[in-house]
Amino acid sequence: MWKWLHPYAKADRAYQLCNTLLPYFIVITVVCLVVGWVWGLAFAPADYQQKDSYRIIFIHVPSAILSMGAYSSMAIAAIVALVWQLRNAELAVIAIAPVGAAMTAIALITGAAWGKPMWGAWWVWDARLTSELILLFLYLGVLSLYHAFEDKKAAGKAACILAIVGVINLPIIHFSVEWWNTLHQGATITKFDTSAIDPSMLWPLFINIAGFAGFVGVISLIRLKNEILQREKHRPWVRSLVSRG
Amino acid sequence: MQFESFSDFIAMGGYGFFVWLSYGSCAAILAGILIGSINDSKKLKKEVKAQMLREERIKKAKEEARV
Repeated sequence: MWKWLHPYAKADRAYQLCNTLLPYFIVITVVCLVVGWVWGLAFAPADYQQKDSYRIIFIHVPSAILSMGAYSSMAIAAIVALVWQLRNAELAVIAIAPVGAAMTAIALITGAAWGKPMWGAWWVWDARLTSELILLFLYLGVLSLYHAFEDKKAAGKAACILAIVGVINLPIIHFSVEWWNTLHQGATITKFDTSAIDPSMLWPLFINIAGFAGFVGVISLIRLKNEILQREKHRPWVRSLVSRG
Repeated sequence: MQFESFSDFIAMGGYGFFVWLSYGSCAAILAGILIGSINDSKKLKKEVKAQMLREERIKKAKEEARV
């Protein structure tokens, strides 16, 4: 049933697949980010309590969601790489990690810039903030572990294991606002009953989430292509690809 | 449109610094990783091309030495 997937274990087929997918991701990203930013900054109504400072939500929440989403995809790729010994999956782990780290950094920076006017502090050692900071270190750990080994086989294995072990941090981040008495507010849109946010603000938020997800896809695809080229640079298919232009 | 004028838009009801700090740093990080990734791929392709040219030169030199 899943046999159609098998050819994509080959590096050149995976590279072609990246090329096929990339344009769609670029279109989604550009459209959603332009619409989302303009809508969020200029057209969404101001919050009755936080006034215009709340507009940071339109990049803070998407980047925070994607920092965890990217980590989940990276961990799934790591499991696939370890269980089925697929080298492409290993390369995907290394391709996703940088953009995941970027999402985490954006979530932390925008959170600080929102915390200062609302809480009166750039940073507090609150459970949500601290666990998100640990997520950033996990991403950087996976990357530096991979680059610390000369032997890329051992490097890939070590990075994959760290990526899988780090999954424990995801439920901690998600439930930190419930388990501990945090300064950070609880969930806004993922509550199962009615959402705590008005549609006039929810729509631009959704569009921005789609835009950030698209961006993570674009960067992951570009970097996966790079990793495949790097690994396969002595192979004939890479040479004919490069000489074709 | 929620704002009366462009300067109102920049001021963000007094929160301009924090809002633009967030959006600015976000844009910088997104642009940074995008440009970095594209540069990497250009550099890689250039490297492969240079290696191919090098091998061709070595091959040619060997042939000339034989003659």
